[in-house]
Amino acid sequence: MSRSALKTLARGVSVGAVVSLAFALPAQAANVFRFAFQGDLKSLDPYSLKESFTEGMQQAAYESLVTLDKNLKFAPGLAESWETPEPTRWRFHLRKNVTFHDGSPFTADDVLFSAQRVRASGSNFTTNVPADAEFVKVDDFTVDMVLKKPNPIAIAQFPTWLIMSKAWSEKNGVVQPTAPNATSPSYATLHENGTGPFVIAEHQPGVKTVFKKFDGYWGKVESNLDEAILTTIANPATRVAALLSGEVDWIDPVPLQDQQRVNASGTAIVMAGPELRTIFLGMDQDRDELKDSSVKGKNPFKDIKVREAFYLAIDEDTIAKRVMRGQAVPSALMIAPSLYDRGAEFKRPATDLKKAKALMAEAGYPDGFSLTMDCPNDRYVNDEAICQAVVSMLARINVKVNLNAQPKAKYFAKVLAPNYDTSFYLLGWTPSSLDSHNILYEIVGCRKPGDKSGRGSWNLAGYCDPKIDTIADQVEAETDKTKRDALIKDGFDVLNTDWGYIPLHQQALAWGVSKKVHLTQRADNLLLLYWVSKDPQ
Amino acid sequence: MLAFLLRRVIQAAAVLAVVGLIAFAMFRFAGDPVNQIVGPDTTVAERAQIRTDLGLDDPVLVQFARYAGNVVRGRFGISYQFRQPVSQLLAERMPATLELAFCATVFALVVGILMGVYCALFRDSWLAGLFQAVSLIGISLPTFLIGILLIYLFSVTLGWLPSYGRGDTVRLGWWTTGFLTASGLKALILPSVTLGLFQMTLIMRLVRAEMLEVLRTDYIRFARARGLTTRAVHLRHALKNTLVPVITIAGLQLGSVIAFSIITETVFQWPGMGLLFVQAVQNVDIPIMSAYLLLVALIFVTINLVVDILYTVVDPRLRLSTGRAA
Repeated sequence: MSRSALKTLARGVSVGAVVSLAFALPAQAANVFRFAFQGDLKSLDPYSLKESFTEGMQQAAYESLVTLDKNLKFAPGLAESWETPEPTRWRFHLRKNVTFHDGSPFTADDVLFSAQRVRASGSNFTTNVPADAEFVKVDDFTVDMVLKKPNPIAIAQFPTWLIMSKAWSEKNGVVQPTAPNATSPSYATLHENGTGPFVIAEHQPGVKTVFKKFDGYWGKVESNLDEAILTTIANPATRVAALLSGEVDWIDPVPLQDQQRVNASGTAIVMAGPELRTIFLGMDQDRDELKDSSVKGKNPFKDIKVREAFYLAIDEDTIAKRVMRGQAVPSALMIAPSLYDRGAEFKRPATDLKKAKALMAEAGYPDGFSLTMDCPNDRYVNDEAICQAVVSMLARINVKVNLNAQPKAKYFAKVLAPNYDTSFYLLGWTPSSLDSHNILYEIVGCRKPGDKSGRGSWNLAGYCDPKIDTIADQVEAETDKTKRDALIKDGFDVLNTDWGYIPLHQQALAWGVSKKVHLTQRADNLLLLYWVSKDPQ
Repeated sequence: MLAFLLRRVIQAAAVLAVVGLIAFAMFRFAGDPVNQIVGPDTTVAERAQIRTDLGLDDPVLVQFARYAGNVVRGRFGISYQFRQPVSQLLAERMPATLELAFCATVFALVVGILMGVYCALFRDSWLAGLFQAVSLIGISLPTFLIGILLIYLFSVTLGWLPSYGRGDTVRLGWWTTGFLTASGLKALILPSVTLGLFQMTLIMRLVRAEMLEVLRTDYIRFARARGLTTRAVHLRHALKNTLVPVITIAGLQLGSVIAFSIITETVFQWPGMGLLFVQAVQNVDIPIMSAYLLLVALIFVTINLVVDILYTVVDPRLRLSTGRAA
């Protein structure tokens, strides 16, 4: 049946109905990039879900004042430049001639509005803009951010704080962010109005999202795409098949076992690179008696010798080589080395079974003990397999680990606050500020009951060394980079001497990319459409 | 007939209430939704607040009563993940599932009956043997595996058919259809075969067995003796009488096809209700899960009712007996 016949047929059938035939588009003209991700793009509201894939997609349509370049360094976005005339005052010079997708101009009012909206109740990005910051409009294209105290990383999370239009938000009743506990749908979850190089022309949650080039964009765009179509393909085998058959140009992730096949296909390759997320193990040092352990009346993890023995017994090199099939970089730190300039100074202690056994004997457990380990099985690359490897490695020092691997929905409900119901667990973490302070504060900082500051909020192990808290506070206020890096090193040194956590590795990113496509893969795993190009057919 | 219908409607309401209650009792074991809908920076206090606002701290019975109250008023709630009304999400996904179920059932019925009749009439031919072998595969291989195998053969190796999705769809009012575009029709083939294969083998075996039985009966012998053509004997007399159990099975299986298209939809990323449900389970999206389960229960109840009515149409004896009972 010819295309025109089909069109006529469709028109005939749907009198009065809206017909949107893809065939009706001019043939051959558009350069379309089709891509598939394992999860959904859940909301277009840029303040509703902090999750890297969603952020990357939203950044095609929305822009931030300060953005990140291909090496994760700050670059001008909607702010052409910025300076700190005094330590507590940041001045942003806004770009002129920028228009939102609805045609309205971008001005300082939109920045003030966005600063308010992003910190409003229901926003998932409240920490992106310092809570004490006050925004002052100097003129239409100059905005000052006034802080109560100096903060060298005040703009660290600005790249994921996307600027919305004040007028559009007011017009559509979305002045408040779409809260997780919303009882009515919000216009902003299905529609966007950013300033970015792509317009979201169609969004069917969980099915398909269509991006189209924005003709009124203020800047030059590296991408040569006219259109990009996102589909969710949750099943790994189908995702790989769609890439190999050429139906999609990009998939994420490629399962480890399929990577060789993709590379051998001749039409696509696997782009792998170290991700920013660090996978680590935590040991409960808070309870006086571990849950589900053979040791009664005391907590073996409170003994530094036991923690060191665990660390030395776990052979991360083997995990990286066998379980992760080489797609992981063993880590000596709780942060990816690319995020901390002195990260390379840290070396992971070598596996030493003899010493581990001796330490266990010294600690009074020559015959080991038993405990339960909590592990997600659908969150990180090969998470359950890593835990199984850990179980067998600890068996070598007579520690009997009962593995409790379960889906993330159940796992997080168990181990997170308020119960922290775990003795030994595996977790992955990317500091949202891309800065070590986040680790020293949220993962390693002392957790106190009733503390609302957020310090130690992800310290599920309840590890606590007050020295680190002092250092973290100094790091927060120190503006001199050399001094700051030295302080951070002190902090990590304290943690490592305490054997407080067992960092394992940074898992590798695994994008499957058609050979027709040229793009930039950044370590934060964001797919940014403005860096994607495709050879025209 | 009216009393019969009324009785069925009351039964249906009871079934739905029980399904809802069981579902709510089980959601507690699915995990915590709050951690799925906020990012890592959300504080403990905020999480607790969201949990309270969503009413997740209340006892199961209270949650169920509140939900039932809303459902009666036609409110199915807002999806936690998508922050969209559940009724709208399900309505958007329903055409995909129904079209797939329809195609799978048509495939199962047409191919199943043809193969079944052939196997009964030409029992000893090599083709009948082949059909039997195929049906064995269809009944023993899991749907998941069949789907993956078909994708690798027809999409990756041969490149004939798409491996995922619905292709281009045409919007007719609130319904979206894949029947009107070439890519939409192509996209239907693999999922329909995968979903319908089990039903097809079932129907084929049933038709074959029933047909063999019927062919031995007296009235068939009598029909032959009357000198009717073989064709008329086989198709008009024998086949027609094998169809009662086939209708039962096909009808009851239609519910299963819709409800259990979950696996096929997952394999082919078919944007239907089953896929929505699977994703909802992974993210503990309780409003979607409960609405889907209620909907599936409703479909089963309705289909059973329709099958009962169809019986009376096909078999006059049943019509008479219900007439007397009413």
